[in-house]
Order: sequence, then C-alpha cells, then structure tokens
Amino acid sequence: MSTTLKVPTMAEMMAQGETPEVLFWVGCSGSFDDRAKKITKAVVKILNACDVKFAVLGTEESCTGDPAKRAGNEFTFQMQAMMNIEVLNAYEIKKIVTACPHCFNTLKNEYPELGGNYEVIHHTQLIQDLINTGKLALKGGESFKGKKITFHDPCYLGRANDVYEAPRAAMEKLDAELVEMKRCRTNGLCCGAGGAQMFKEAEKGDKEVNVERTEDALETGAGIIATGCPFCNTMMTDGVKNFNKEAEIKVMDVAELISEAADL
Amino acid sequence: MIGIVVFALLWLVGIGFFGWNVMKVRNNILLGREIDRSDRKSDRWKTMILVAFGQKKMFTRPIPALLHLCIYAAFVITQIELIEILADGLSGGHRLFHESLGGFYTFMISFIEILSVLAFIATVIFLSRRNLLKVPRLVKSEMNGWPKLDANLILFAEITLICFIFMMNGADEVLYNAGQSHAEGQGSFGFAISSWLGPVLFGDMGIESLHVIERIGWWGHLAIVLGFLNYLPYSKHFHIVLAFPNTFYSNLEKKGRFTNMESVTKEVKLMMDPNADPYAAPAEGEDAEPQRFGAKDVTDLTWKNLLDAYTCTECGRCTSSCPANQTGKLLSPRKIMMDTRDRLVEVGENKRKHGKEHEDGKSLFDYISEEEIWACTSCNACVQECPVNIDPLSIIVDLRRYLVMEESKVPAELAGMLTNIENNGAPWQFAAADRLNWKDEN
Repeated sequence: MSTTLKVPTMAEMMAQGETPEVLFWVGCSGSFDDRAKKITKAVVKILNACDVKFAVLGTEESCTGDPAKRAGNEFTFQMQAMMNIEVLNAYEIKKIVTACPHCFNTLKNEYPELGGNYEVIHHTQLIQDLINTGKLALKGGESFKGKKITFHDPCYLGRANDVYEAPRAAMEKLDAELVEMKRCRTNGLCCGAGGAQMFKEAEKGDKEVNVERTEDALETGAGIIATGCPFCNTMMTDGVKNFNKEAEIKVMDVAELISEAADL
Repeated sequence: MIGIVVFALLWLVGIGFFGWNVMKVRNNILLGREIDRSDRKSDRWKTMILVAFGQKKMFTRPIPALLHLCIYAAFVITQIELIEILADGLSGGHRLFHESLGGFYTFMISFIEILSVLAFIATVIFLSRRNLLKVPRLVKSEMNGWPKLDANLILFAEITLICFIFMMNGADEVLYNAGQSHAEGQGSFGFAISSWLGPVLFGDMGIESLHVIERIGWWGHLAIVLGFLNYLPYSKHFHIVLAFPNTFYSNLEKKGRFTNMESVTKEVKLMMDPNADPYAAPAEGEDAEPQRFGAKDVTDLTWKNLLDAYTCTECGRCTSSCPANQTGKLLSPRKIMMDTRDRLVEVGENKRKHGKEHEDGKSLFDYISEEEIWACTSCNACVQECPVNIDPLSIIVDLRRYLVMEESKVPAELAGMLTNIENNGAPWQFAAADRLNWKDEN
C-alpha cells in the first residue's frame, strides 16, 4: 500500500488556526541521511495511519546541538538550543516525538534548564502506545512469524534514559522470535557513534566498535538487527557489511518493522 | 597498668593520625568547584542504602560480588569484637562481655568466626584472581606498580588479621579448657571454629606459650585494625568509608543529561539579546572573575568528581565495559579516576607546602592525554557499571570542554562538524532550506 505522505508543517497548521497533538522532531539524520529518511517516512506512515494530528517544523528545525555538546562545545550547543527553544515556544509546543535518541535525550533532559519544557517521547514509546490503545493493528503486511530479530539498545535511549522496554514491547506484536544479544539492556555495548564519534574517525585501536557490536548480533543468529537510532543504524549496517552479510542480515528501525507489518 | 597506657596511647595516636589524614583528604576534595547535591534527601538515603550498604550494583557480576560480600560482612561484624577489645584494653579485663552476654556472646563470636573463615577463603581467591588467574581487568597497564602492590597489601593484611583472630580465640579456648584463661570459669567457650581449631593448633602447648600466642593475637588484631585504618587514606581501599558518602551524593538525574554551563548561558543570552549592552559592568554580587570553561586541572572539576576519585577502588569494571577500551583504544575510565586522584594529591601537597596560590605549571593534561579523551563515545557504560556510582564521563566531558572552548583544540573532523552546525544548522553540509525535501522524495 502506498499513499502520499501527509506531512503538515507547524507554520501551515498555525495558519489554519490548528494545534497538533504532537510535534514530530525529525532531526538532522532523519532529514538528510538517505537511510534515515526511510525511517522518518516509516514514522510518518504510522502517524498517518493512526490519524495522529502531528506537524513537523520543516525548514524551521535545526540541529538540537547534541553533537556539539558531546564534543565539548557548549557555546554552539546553547546557541542551537536557544534558537530551537524560541521556535518551539513560539508555536507553544507541549509534546514532541522523535526517532533519534540523541535528539530525544537533548530535548528531554538538556532543554528544560534553558527554558524549553516539553513532554518528549521516543518514537518507539509512541508506537507502543498506539498498539496498546488499539489504534495500530499489525495485519495485512509482511509477516515476521518465525523470523529472528535482535534489538540493539541505543545508549542514549537505554542507559542514558532508562527506556528498554518500549521498543521490545512494540516488536513483541510482530510474532517474530525476539532474541537478545549477550550484552543487552543496561549492559548493551555502544555502536561506536555516540559522543560525536559519528563525525570523526575512531582513535587508534585494534578494532572498530561497530564491528565488535556486530559480532554480538551475529552470534544470535538473527536475520534482522533492529535499532531505534539512525546512528546505530548506520554503524550496524557498516558492521554487517564488514562481515559481508548484507544479503542475509537486514538492519532495520523498529518503526520500519512495524510499518511493514501493518502494510503501510 | 603499662598495658593499659600503651593501649590507650595506640588508640589516641591511631585515631588522631587517621583524623589528620581525613582532614587532608577533605580539604583536597573541597578544592573542587561547587555543585549542589543537597536536594532529594530521601532518594539519596535510598541510593546509599541500596548501592553502598546493599551492594546492589556489585551483583551484576555474581562471583566477585559473593566473595566481596563475605569480606564485607566479616569486616563489618568483626568490629563488634573490636568493641570488646577496646573495653578489655581500657579496663585491664578479659572477655568482659563473656559472662554478661552468656549464650548470645557465644553466638556473636561464632558468627564472627564463620564469617572470618569465609572471608579468608574469599581473600585467597581474590589473591589468585589478581596474581595467578590474572583476570584481565585486574592486570591492565594502569595497574602496574603501586596499584598492584596496594591491592595485594590489602589482601595480605586481611589474611593476617584473620590469623590473629584465630590465634587469639584458639589459644584462649585451650587455656579456658584448662581453667587457665583470664576469663572466669573453665570448660569450652563453644565458639564455632576455634573450639576445635584451637585444640588442633595449640593443644599440646604449655600454658605460658598459650598466653603469649593469645596476646599476640589480641595485640596483633588491634595493630592491624589501627594500621589498616591509617593506611586507608593512602590507598584505593578508602572506598570502604567513602562508598557511603559517594553514593549519597550520586547524580540522581538521567545519565544522558550533561550539566548545563551557566557561564555560557549568560554569554549566549547576551549575544542573542539585541538590546544587551556588551560593555555593561557585571551586576552587584555577580562573579566578576570569569571561570575557566571546562577543566584543565583538578581544581576545575566539581568536589563530587574529586570525591569520586578518592572513592575509586580500581576494580576496573568501568574499563572492562568501555567500548573504546575493549577495542584497543587508549581510554580507560579507571585510569581517568586514578589520574584525577594522583593529580589531586599532588596539587593538595603543593598547596600545603607552598601556600594556596601555588601553581606548579602542571595540569591534569600531564596525566591524561587528548587521545584518551577523544576516544570516549559517551555511552555511559562506565557510569552504569561502577558499583559505587562514580562518574568518569563527567570528567572526560569537562576536559573536552576545556580543550575545545579554551584552547580551540578540536579534532579536525569535529571542527568541520561544528562549523556545519553553526553555518547551516546540521552537522553535515546540507542547507536548512532542504530539510523537508525527504517528504517528496521516493
């Protein structure tokens, strides 16, 4: 099933005198990275299918400043944060959903002290809620029955914010076999992208972190590595390529799995 | 009488010297910057009881946790026997509580003895984990030299202490059997271990020798306890005290939340306010002297960072869970904590010797390299793992802040990323105007 995506911007909504239930914060990766854009679309499909009244900031959105803050540049971070907060507060935003754990963490934990107070949720939490309230039914689409899926915990969702169950609960409805890596939840190993590492080469060592992590995933024998973070997605995809396994193993976001299962 | 005087003097000197060293450590910790950890008292007590007293986080690794529990329990319970030693020593009596407590006394000492045997076994296993099995996290490069010796000294002291306990109780048991103990009565004390171990070890010795062995055990016990107490402030083993305040003052916020730099907030607000007067003098009561951005030296860190450094017992769980360390990078969160403590001790000594304003021209960067700092993925695994809630990540971030904001030392690729954010609001070179293009792409 393929329909055109309905993606209203805040500006359009405001012009029509409407207020959305929730703002979808797309993030830089979700806006510009080719792989991550697919995740963004999967989220929009789910929002559309469930008639969630949402909006995006579109061209008014800007980097949350997360990589600047992790890299130690508090100036750049706070400039970004204050500009974003001005926009968000002007639109009187109350609730934000985002598919990027880094945006999630920053908006949720680091904006309040600078004057930005919002209820911030990760897209896997929204999906879990939509399934639980019966708004989203997983039928008619691709069946994952009998397939093995393993979930890689993004650090900024898991350890940083203690969200471990929402993505797992959402995937439980897929009827697939969920297998855990030996290091999961609080013990989950980083994909190697956090702390602004995404934007630089790793320091000298004897191995890449994403290769180490991909080994954990391969050990489970899963055909699908699920993530909830566009950066983890990139790192794990590269890791799978490193082992020449891209034909057998797919790296997918929870939103993509759900939207496929619901035939969106 | 001489015994009582020597005893009292030993205690005075032991406690006094320990107190003096504790004050030194306290002053060193207070060299750190202010951070408010006085809120949410009930959560803090709960954290301390669960994490420090209850050792909750230790049990993510059950085997060392169980062994550690044996030593911890024995250590805490043995202090009860120390109360009797104190009472006997000051009064010149012998086993003062024996008669008054009766059966409960036998139970208490038996309990201590059983725990001591468990602690003995645990200590031997710990020694072999370090020296024979060479558990990887215990033999990493930062453990070479003093840290390794420190760990072994502590374990040997524990073994010696346990031996003294059994010399004392075992010899006294044999004496008591013969009606020769200084304790009233004759028969068996009925202690769980020494009532049979005593006769086995010392059964055929003369009364005089038995009294000598009993006294060696008694004084030895005391000497080790006081010696150990005074060794703590110089050792990684200080965690047995500091684990409690350190968990009490834990960061109770989400781990992903990095501190907000208020000094930066002020400047950014000024920059963004079109009506601001850039030449305005700071308001009354405001800090006129600008603080350094980030941390160059230990005095730029918070007192909690410094308390963390003294609390670290170098177990290396942080390092063994660190993705950078596991993949051969130079970064070891444990080393960050050890370096912070070493540098703090150095700065503290300098200030005591040469006055408060003394600068030795060195900094924390003489201990920690930039390569280590930039290898961190900020994944919080080290923070999660630490059994006493130490936060190496916040030190790493403050060091990065100094490098970036004070020295403009940024890895070239990150400099590009930062420029992109500043110019076009994304870490890559994409125009803000193209942000919504994905909507219409296939």
